[in-house]
Amino acid sequence: MTHKVAAKKEPLVRLVKRDKISTPKKWAIRIAAIVLALLAGSLFIMILGHNPAAVYADMVNGSLGTKTARNSTIRLAIPLLGTALAIAPAFKMKFWNIGAEGQIMMGAIAATYFALFWYDRLPRPVLLLVMFLAAIVAGGIWGLVPAYCKAKWGTNETLFTLMLNYIALGYERYLQHGPWIDPKGTGFPIIAMFDPSARLPKVLGIHIGWIIVLLLTVLMYVYLKHSKHGYEITVVGESQRTARYAGMNVSKIIMRTMFISGAICGLVGMLIVAGADYTLSTGTTGGVGFTAITVAWLAQLSPFGMVLMAAFIALLGKGANTIQTNFQIPASASKVLTGTILFFMLGCEFFINYRLIFRGRGRKEDAEHA
Amino acid sequence: MQNNAVSMRGVTKRFGEVVANHDVSLDIREGEILALLGENGSGKTTIMNMLSGIYYPDAGQIFVRGQEESIRSPKDAFRLGIGMVHQHFKLVEVFTAAENILLGMSGNGRFDKKTAATEIAALAQRYGFDLDPQRKIYDMAVSEKQTVEIIKVLYRGADILILDEPTAVLTPQETEKLFKVLRNMRDDGKSIVIITHKLSEVMAISDRVTVLRRGEYIDTLNTKETNPQALADRMVGRALKLNIDRPEPQNPQTRLMVSKLSCRSPEGLRVLDGVSFEARSGEILGIAGVGGSGQRELCEAIAGLYPMESGDIRYLAPDGKDPKGESLRGMSPTAIRALGVSLAFVPEDRLGMGLVGSMGMVENMMLKSYAEGKSFLTDHKPSKNLAEDVRRRLGVVTPDLKTPVQRLSGGNVQKVLLGREIASKPSVLMAAYPVRGLDINSSYMIYSLLNEQKKEGAAVIYVGEDLDVLLELCDRILVLCGGQVSGIVDGRSVTKEEVGLMMTQVKEDRPHDA
Repeated sequence: MTHKVAAKKEPLVRLVKRDKISTPKKWAIRIAAIVLALLAGSLFIMILGHNPAAVYADMVNGSLGTKTARNSTIRLAIPLLGTALAIAPAFKMKFWNIGAEGQIMMGAIAATYFALFWYDRLPRPVLLLVMFLAAIVAGGIWGLVPAYCKAKWGTNETLFTLMLNYIALGYERYLQHGPWIDPKGTGFPIIAMFDPSARLPKVLGIHIGWIIVLLLTVLMYVYLKHSKHGYEITVVGESQRTARYAGMNVSKIIMRTMFISGAICGLVGMLIVAGADYTLSTGTTGGVGFTAITVAWLAQLSPFGMVLMAAFIALLGKGANTIQTNFQIPASASKVLTGTILFFMLGCEFFINYRLIFRGRGRKEDAEHA
Repeated sequence: MQNNAVSMRGVTKRFGEVVANHDVSLDIREGEILALLGENGSGKTTIMNMLSGIYYPDAGQIFVRGQEESIRSPKDAFRLGIGMVHQHFKLVEVFTAAENILLGMSGNGRFDKKTAATEIAALAQRYGFDLDPQRKIYDMAVSEKQTVEIIKVLYRGADILILDEPTAVLTPQETEKLFKVLRNMRDDGKSIVIITHKLSEVMAISDRVTVLRRGEYIDTLNTKETNPQALADRMVGRALKLNIDRPEPQNPQTRLMVSKLSCRSPEGLRVLDGVSFEARSGEILGIAGVGGSGQRELCEAIAGLYPMESGDIRYLAPDGKDPKGESLRGMSPTAIRALGVSLAFVPEDRLGMGLVGSMGMVENMMLKSYAEGKSFLTDHKPSKNLAEDVRRRLGVVTPDLKTPVQRLSGGNVQKVLLGREIASKPSVLMAAYPVRGLDINSSYMIYSLLNEQKKEGAAVIYVGEDLDVLLELCDRILVLCGGQVSGIVDGRSVTKEEVGLMMTQVKEDRPHDA
């Protein structure tokens, strides 16, 4: 037997899980992360040959500076907030619904059907109501399918919901190229603009969707925090064994929650086609279903936090658009910039949960503690 | 005087706010068996984890054979000849014993399985282990798996062995066998540390005993010169009464009748096979058996959480109106509750089944009752009162009723769970391993709470692993072996050895009564 001597060195860095962290310290870490993100972004802007301060100022100005800019930022935030609220109950249940894109699309398709073919047969309030209901049901069913399969056969919901996105997108493309192609068009595969009666009314210059999502925020808060359903969702998310022990019908809860999640996504689809775009296209969802996951995580699944985070992400998006035109920074470059900021913000959660101890520091700290 | 194989000096380890070890110094001599005694949470596993390279100390020094070392990984520990057998085995089920032993060994790229198998067999024989190197792990009993773990460590050339609660999964007979092997190894010059909280074991096997309490070093004694009472006092820090109450059952009546109950696991294995027994009001029925003999499935089947293949479970209400009772077969927990059966169940997996770890006491109190009432919203008021009541009566130590229960200590978690279950005034109370991982004081509190329920007239079913406790606490003991009942015996007259024997074999002709 050989006993080689182990290197007599402490490890360079050790990770220690924090037990708890004070709120000011938590926010200090977050603010530091944003500052670092802006600095890293500055470096990138300088490499591109621009003045970082000017670019940042233009981002803020372009998204908040004028009334038009503000309105279009809010228009961007509406579907983000709506979708983040939609996936919150699913995520709280640890059901990884990444199929919001598909659920939004199905809701949008259902609403579009009535907007295109029923606008002249129904009075406006009834038409809009029918569009809402159709969108909710269609989105809900698109959410229910993977939940049913998970409850029945234990399928993987992440893959399942992801795949359903492509089916929904493919179906839209089929409609756009064939059955629903604009008859007055020049044969170019687009769907006609909605009749004004199928468009959502505006309140304070922005479509009524902003009131709907804010209302939803409050409802979702109460639903998750104070309802029996919300309690069940938390328990199922924590441990299905505990849920069964408590006498809960786990399959039913999973299916119900995913129907709700999909239904809200469907509603968002309706808001996009009838409130913002006035038509249906392959670009209807515009990646909202994925960006909303970032929003929901950044807000740590808190509905009110999502309002802030959706606004912030929308601001970044609108700002990135502005600098694209004003500085001729390519679209991909402004995406790198937003990506950098998100990377730092999500990454800083690690430092909130863990503490690093560098070589030699441990012993010193110990002396301080003693 | 023997040389020290290991000396730890001033070792401290903190996890966040919790100090797991504070300034601990201890020695392990060459060729001795050292018992590391302490309650759960006293830091005995943590200090050994630092020796075996799992954790790195925040402060302090470790000397191995007189030389200061820095053990940064289990690999470093192995290089120094230190090996640890953990409480939870880390074996690959589909591999053979030999493959598991070879796993992770660095070599020159290819294994010579044949030579290795001979070496392993020789090693086993040298110390008196029974082991077939070619057997697959999933075919093995728990004690055999443990043997594989020990040989794995020996094969890597360890001469300082650490065993973490090795007897927790063994019958008394198997324990005796293990101890014989350990003595052989000691006589061969190896240093052995056995981590335990059982006093009888310390007395039986160790040469010296080091006591830890709340992460601190208390004392080291020569086993020959001490006694269990003195050790217990050092372990808990004050004089302690070491016996458990057992009042006579008052007017016992059959409350639960289980007949020919058989269950299959989702994999199709028969986990319960023709189990029949009665649970009576006003008495504690103990359930003994080697871990995994069907205890969990039995409790869950009664609670409506495990599918029954055949047989029946009948509940006889205290009013005695229905002498044949009501069948609970195929009922969900909700349906059982709707029938008016007050069945309380303290499951083995407290935070994974009985409670929701991320929720506070208040929200955990409503786990079984949240659905009551017509409102769409939850009503926190009754559960808040209940939580307050449980905290006061059972002395739950928590900063706040809203603090997530997973942040509480094991004993307090169990008090929250048991408190909720008792609050439903159960007529049947099932508790699976209710004192596992608890310190002595909490354990005794749990025993007295169970006794209280017994006096109130509940039919108490206690699934336990510590035979000493089962023999002191229970009126009758049902012994399970491989999913079958190997006997139901009188807790007052049976001996530990008899129960131990029944745990390992089913006698076909033994009448099922007591």
